[in-house]
Amino acid sequence: MVLKVENINVYYGAIHAVKDVSFHVDEGEIVTLIGANGAGKSTILKTISGLLRSRGGSIAFMGKNISSAPTNVIVRDGLIQAPEGRAVFLQMTVEENLEMGAFTRPKSGNHARMERVFALFPRLKERRRQPAGTLSGGEQQMLAMGRALMSEPRLFMMDEPSMGLAPILVDQIFEIIGDLNRLGGTILLVEQNARMALSIAARGYVLETGRIIKSAPAADLLEDDDVKKAYLGG
Amino acid sequence: MTFILYLINGVSLGGIYAIIALGYTMVYGIAKMLNFAHGDIIMVGAYVCFFAAASFGIPPVIGVLLAACVCAALGVIIEAFAYKPLRQAASLAVLITAIGVSYLLQNAALLLWKSNPRVFTSIVGTGAVRIWGLSITYVTITTILACIAIMICLTVFTGKTKMGKAMRACAEDKNAASLMGINVNVTISLTFAIGSALAAVAGALLCSAYPTLSPTTGSMPGIKAFTAAVFGGIGSVPGAMLGGVLLGIIEIFAKAYISTQLSDAIVFAVLIVVLLVKPAGLLGRQVHEKV
Repeated sequence: MVLKVENINVYYGAIHAVKDVSFHVDEGEIVTLIGANGAGKSTILKTISGLLRSRGGSIAFMGKNISSAPTNVIVRDGLIQAPEGRAVFLQMTVEENLEMGAFTRPKSGNHARMERVFALFPRLKERRRQPAGTLSGGEQQMLAMGRALMSEPRLFMMDEPSMGLAPILVDQIFEIIGDLNRLGGTILLVEQNARMALSIAARGYVLETGRIIKSAPAADLLEDDDVKKAYLGG
Repeated sequence: MTFILYLINGVSLGGIYAIIALGYTMVYGIAKMLNFAHGDIIMVGAYVCFFAAASFGIPPVIGVLLAACVCAALGVIIEAFAYKPLRQAASLAVLITAIGVSYLLQNAALLLWKSNPRVFTSIVGTGAVRIWGLSITYVTITTILACIAIMICLTVFTGKTKMGKAMRACAEDKNAASLMGINVNVTISLTFAIGSALAAVAGALLCSAYPTLSPTTGSMPGIKAFTAAVFGGIGSVPGAMLGGVLLGIIEIFAKAYISTQLSDAIVFAVLIVVLLVKPAGLLGRQVHEKV
């Protein structure tokens, strides 16, 4: 088991944003958390990355308890996140962004890692010396994913990779996520686009106002009447 | 010919402002706070330099290095105890704290080193070289050279090294930087260390050019350097450099051609005009608030 989250509770001041959430991710799986805006999906990822803390409960990554570890240690251990809204460094070049992704890795391997990222995203290679701020939304999403891959993660968490992208780009991004998984990548995917997420995931969890209300193989969730009604547009 | 001399002296004075302004702007860039105690670090640096030479007979170059180390440590300590606990606090609270730290440093200096001004011995001697009939002091030349060297070092550091790039990443987006595994706290401490070490160098140069040293020595140059940082565009390293040098030139020209008494008023008037025309400063970015 790569990631095991047990009974985490996260608060923003008095607001109880994540309630007794437990789930796990196995080696080589794509697991997705789906749910409406504000259901607590991003909060869960931030808590796993150590930006927020859970009151009680535990988070284990590769068998090690990381619930109180600092973010830089979590990243070094191989758990990376491509955050919501991409959050690439707009004033830095594509190459520099990628270097930042490999911050916890020895510099000597950067060239080889970068070539692997460029093989997945040839557009980034063309634009390697441009500031990230000059890239289109789709290219920035590719950069955010490439940057995360630079750390050679054992678990890759993606927060809303489809956000704000045109449908054709969404298809492209999900194709790449599928490819990464076929290459052996373990992925925890948070999405509002439930149909796309469930179509590539092995298992899914449905989140509603901070609580997991359903968990099942993704194929079953796609056929589930409640899920259909609430998240798949009838 | 005197015009050129004034210009050179202006660049030199401006160079000192620029070195101080770099500290303001780097700290602002990463911690998004105005460290009003920065000016008083200059004073501490100058005192360390003074006592290293006067009490221990340490050679000036070593004295400056020592002052830089002491101030770097002081900067890190101030950040850790005064500013770090306020990382999530309102910016007004941080601002007031910074002013408090400024008074703390001045009064600590008053207790430790008394109020009587000390005569600072120039770190490069008082001689001058004659070039094409112009007499240019060693201090002027040293200041300009130091300024160029510092600018080159900072450009290489932020553009080429891993830590320097991490610093830029933190300045842009602390959450994202931290998700890349960059230790944001260490990076902020490093920024305070560099800024404060530069302030120490500026203190030694300043007191070599204007040799009276007292516990309030740092406050006026501190405010002017802050002005220079805003003038050039706060948060921008080249902006701080440009703002500092321009401010120095304006000040010397105002003194030479208009009025010595009014020179500071003219300097600040120019700032007001620039900010009216270009609110983000000369090289600053216009910040578009996302809604």
